[in-house]
Amino acid sequence: MYDMKALYQAKDVADAVSLRLQHPEAHIIAGGSDVLVQMREGKRAGVELISIYGLDELRGVTMEDDGTIRIGSLTSFSHITKDPIIQQYINVLGEAVDQVGGPQIRNIGTIGGNTCNGVTSADSASTLHAWDAIVELTGPNGVRRLPIHEFYIKAGKVDIREGEIQTGILVKKEDYIDTYGHYIKYAMRNAMDIATLGTSVNVRLSADKKTVERARIAFGVAGPVPLRARTAEALAAGKPVSMELAEAFAKAVKEDINPRDSWRAAKDFRMHIAVESAKRAFIESVKLAGGEL
Amino acid sequence: MSKSVGKSVTRVDAYEKATGRAKYMDDLCDRGALVVKILHSTIAHGYVKSIDTTAAEAIPGVVRILTCFDVPDIPFPTAGHPWSTDPGHQDVADRLLLNRHVRYYGDDVAVVIAENEVIAAQAVRALKVEYEELPFVLDVQKAMEDDAPQLHEKYANNILKHTDIRRGNYEEARKEPGLICVEGWYDTPTVQHCHIENHGCYAYEDSGRVVVVSSTQIPHIVRRVVGQALGIPWGKVRVIKPYIGGGFGNKQDALYEPLCAWCSTQVGGRLVKLECSREETFVSNRVRHAIRTHIISYVRPDGTLVARKFEAFSNQGAYASHGHGVVAKGMGAFPQLYPCDNLECDCWSVFTNRPAAGAMRGYGIPQAMFAGEAHIDDICQAIGMDPLSFRRKNLMPVGYVDGFSKNELYHDSFNQCINKGMEILGYEEKLKEYQNQTGPIRRGVGLAVFWYNTAVWPISLESSSCRMVLNQDGSLQFQTGETEIGQGCDTAYSQMVADAVGVPLKDVHVVSSQDTDITPFGLGAYASRQTYIGSFAIAQTAAALRERILRIAHDQTRMPVSNLDLVDGQIVRKSDGRVLKSLGDLAMECLYSLEASEHITAETTAQIKTNAYSFGCSLAEVEVDIPMCKVKLLNIVNVHDCGRLINPALAEAQVHGGMSMGIGYGLSEELKFDEKTGKPLNNNLLDYKLSTFVDHPTLEAAFVENAEPTAPFGTKSLGEPPACSPAPAIRNAILQATGVAIDTCPITPHVLYREFKKAGLIEE
Repeated sequence: MYDMKALYQAKDVADAVSLRLQHPEAHIIAGGSDVLVQMREGKRAGVELISIYGLDELRGVTMEDDGTIRIGSLTSFSHITKDPIIQQYINVLGEAVDQVGGPQIRNIGTIGGNTCNGVTSADSASTLHAWDAIVELTGPNGVRRLPIHEFYIKAGKVDIREGEIQTGILVKKEDYIDTYGHYIKYAMRNAMDIATLGTSVNVRLSADKKTVERARIAFGVAGPVPLRARTAEALAAGKPVSMELAEAFAKAVKEDINPRDSWRAAKDFRMHIAVESAKRAFIESVKLAGGEL
Repeated sequence: MSKSVGKSVTRVDAYEKATGRAKYMDDLCDRGALVVKILHSTIAHGYVKSIDTTAAEAIPGVVRILTCFDVPDIPFPTAGHPWSTDPGHQDVADRLLLNRHVRYYGDDVAVVIAENEVIAAQAVRALKVEYEELPFVLDVQKAMEDDAPQLHEKYANNILKHTDIRRGNYEEARKEPGLICVEGWYDTPTVQHCHIENHGCYAYEDSGRVVVVSSTQIPHIVRRVVGQALGIPWGKVRVIKPYIGGGFGNKQDALYEPLCAWCSTQVGGRLVKLECSREETFVSNRVRHAIRTHIISYVRPDGTLVARKFEAFSNQGAYASHGHGVVAKGMGAFPQLYPCDNLECDCWSVFTNRPAAGAMRGYGIPQAMFAGEAHIDDICQAIGMDPLSFRRKNLMPVGYVDGFSKNELYHDSFNQCINKGMEILGYEEKLKEYQNQTGPIRRGVGLAVFWYNTAVWPISLESSSCRMVLNQDGSLQFQTGETEIGQGCDTAYSQMVADAVGVPLKDVHVVSSQDTDITPFGLGAYASRQTYIGSFAIAQTAAALRERILRIAHDQTRMPVSNLDLVDGQIVRKSDGRVLKSLGDLAMECLYSLEASEHITAETTAQIKTNAYSFGCSLAEVEVDIPMCKVKLLNIVNVHDCGRLINPALAEAQVHGGMSMGIGYGLSEELKFDEKTGKPLNNNLLDYKLSTFVDHPTLEAAFVENAEPTAPFGTKSLGEPPACSPAPAIRNAILQATGVAIDTCPITPHVLYREFKKAGLIEE
C-alpha cells in the first residue's frame, strides 16, 4: 500500500508535458524502482505521480540517419544489455547496466529514471559521461538537448525544467566509432548493490593499435555527481600504448576526483580503488581495442 | 525397522510451499484488521517527556493512539527460554510494552492503531515527542567504565552478569621457561538474522481470552510471556503459530506479541495486526551479540598448550533478552575444544545503547569459533607449526567427557571430519601449492573446527510432548509442541513416526501448526534441539500407540500380543509372518464397534536428561586480490558429525543455509551505528551486505555418521552447527594467502585496505 495522493497516467509525450504543466508538484514515475521505494520510506509519501511508463514510443534503441544512437528514456536495463546496436557500438553500456541490482530491477528500471534520479552511483551514469552522451528533454517549447555533464546540477538534482520529461539519450557517431570501453563496478557484493565506486574508461587507438588517439574516463561516486578525469585523459592522448601509460593514466585521476568520507567508505580507500580501477579499466579497454600492453 | 528414516524423502510441505498455498501469518489475517504501527525513539538514550498526539489524532481513520504513558507498569522478560520455577534462574524482566526510558535508537515509544497502514504511517509521522536526552554508550568496554552512562538501575557498570572458569594455576604455569606467548584481540560484529519473513502477529479477543497468531519459533513460551506482560492468567492467552518464513533465533524471543495483544485489549478486543518492516526488524527485534574476545596462550615449541587466558566482552545492547547465556556458552566451549590444564576464563555481558541482542543461530559459538580458531592459526604462525598438526595434537581427545553436561566424544569425529573435508577440498596439495606466493593475486586455504551442544540440558528444562491419533483408514495425525520454521522438522518427524509406529510415510499426517489450546506442550525451535528432543517424545508416544493397537489387535484376532507386530501398516503374526489384517481394518472395526468403540490415540511427555556433542569443520579456499582489497571465496566445504542423518537431503540443505550465513558473517555482514547519535546506519537489505547467491561458490556439505548413543534415532544437533566455522576458515585461508592475520570480522574490503596497508602490501 503506497501513500499516493493521485496518479495521472500519460497517454503520449504531449499528454505527459501537459500533465506536467497542470500538476507542477507531481513527481514523474517510470519503472518505479526508485520512486516507489522512496514513497514507502516516507520521503515521497503523499505525493502526486505522473506515470510515463505507458509511453512505448520512448522504448528501444535506434540509429538515426547521421549515425547517432538514440536510446529511448524508458528502455529498460535488460533491453539495453541485449540490444544489438548497443552490443555492436557501446557494449560497455550494456555491461554496466547489467550490474544494476538484480534481474527484476533490471527489467523494470529504465535508463531515463537512472539518470533523472541524479545520483552519482547510477551504473549507467559514469559510462554515459565517458561517452559524452546527450540528454534529450521534451517540453512545452519543444525539444532541448544538452550534454549529460550539464544535465547533472548537483547530487539528486538534474536539469529538468517546467513541463519537461526526458525522452531520450543520444550518443553521436564521433563519440562511439572505433571506441572500446570497460566498466568496473566496485561494490561490496556481486549483486543487489550500489557502487562504492564506478569507473568507466574508453579508448580509441590509432590504426596500427600502437597509439592512444583518445582516452576518456568517468567515475561515479568520486564526487557528488558523476565526473570525468580530464587530466588523465589529456595525459594519455597521443601517447604510445604501454603498461607505463596505464600506470600514469591511473595515477593522474587523483588530480580530478574528490570522493568523500562516509560511513559507506573512507575517502582514502575510494581514492585507492579509483586508481587501481582506472588502471585495470584502461588496460582492458586497450585490449578490447586491439592494443597490446 | 527403518524404512523411512535415513532416506531423502520429499519435504511434507514442499508442494504447499512451492505452489504458494501454505498460509503464513499475513495470509491468515482478515483483511479488515486494524493496523498497529510503532513510533520508535530517535535518540539513543533518554526519557520521553511528552508526546503530542493532537495532529495524529486528527487524521481520519486513526482509531487509537497509545503511548509509553499508558502501558501497565509490569516489567516482563522476553527470552525464549523454558520458564524456571526457581526465581534465581528466571530471565531478567526489564521491558515494558512501551518505554518512557528509551535505551537505544529505535526503542518503542508509542503506537498508532488505524484503519490501514498508510493512515497508521501518516499518524506515526505526525506524533511529536519531546525527549530529555542522556549520554549514551555503544562500545562494550567503554560501557563498563565507572563514568559510563547507566542503562538499568540494578546493574552497576552496565554489567548484566559476569561468570568465570578456573582450572589449575594459570599464573604459575605461564612462568615455565621457554614458553611462547601468543596474544590476540578478536572482534565480531552485530549482525541480524535476516529471515525472509519479517516478524509479525495479529491479535483479537474471543470469549474473554486474547488470541495471538504469530510468526514465532516458540508458541508455548510466547503464551507465557504475553500472560506475564499483560498481567493476566496464562490460560487466558492462546497463541497460534502457522507456517513461518524462518527465524534463526530472532523469533526465539517474545517480540511484539505482548504489545499486539495489549493493543487489541485497548480497542475492545478488535482484530489488530502488527507487522515489522525490514528496517524495524534490523533494529527493534533482536541481533547477534557483538563479542570482543581476548585470548592469551602460553605454548611450548612442540605445540603443547600450557596455560591460557580467555576474556570475552559481550555487547548485550539495551535489554537483557537472552542475556548472559550466549557469551557463557561461547566461553564454555573454550576449555573443552582444546583441553588445557591451566585456565583463567572470564566473560561479561554488558548493556549498551544498541539494539537488544538475543539468540541467533550458534548462540555464542560463531563468535567463540572466530576468536578461538583465528587464535589457533596465530599460535601456529608464532611457533611455526602447521595448523592441521596442531589441531590433531590438541583437539578434544576421543573419550573426553565434560563434567557438567556429561557429554562425551565417543568417536574420532574431529579427525574423521577433517580428513573428509581435506579430501574434498584437495587441502594438502593446495596448501603446498599456495606457499610463498608473490604478486597481486594470491590464493590460500584455511581450516576451522567447531564444537556444539544439542539442546539445553542440564542448564534448563528439556521436555517434549507428542500426540498421535489414528484414523479409520489406518493413517494417523501427530502433533508436537516443536515447530517447523523452514528447517524441515515436520518431515524428519514424519519419517520417525512412520518407522516408530510401523506405518508407511504416506499414512503419517503432521499437524504443522501449533495452537496452545490444542497442541501438546513443547518448547519450540532453538538450541538445535528439536530433532534430538522431539525424537524421544515420538519414540515414546509411538510405543504407547503401538501397545494400544496391538492390544486391540489381540481383542480382534485372539492372538497373543507377544506374537503380534505392526509392520508397514499391517497387523502381522510374528510366528509365521502372516498378515492378519490391515491397520485400517483394525481401526474401522474398533471405532465403529457397537460393543467396545474406542478412539485410538496416544499422548506422552518425554523428559530428556541427556545432551550430545555435535562436531565438524569448515575448509575454505580463497583468492585475494590485494590491490582491490577483495576476497573471492573459491571453495568451501563443511563436514559434520551430527550422528545419524534422518533425511540426508534436508541435512545438506540445512548445512548450505548455515554456510551461507557463515560466509556473510566472515566477509560482509555488519550492522553499523553512527558514533555521534547511536543511529543505525544500514538497517536495510541494500546497505546491510547479506551475501547473495552470486557471492557464494558451490557449497559442499559432507557428513560423518557416528550414531549418537543417547538418542532413539542416533541423531544430534545440526540446526546451528553449520554457521559456526565458515568465518574463521575463511579468515585462516586469507592468512595463508597473504600472511596477514585479520582479527576482526566481517573481513570487508575496508578492513583489508587498512590491514594490507599496515602490512606494506599496498603502497600509498
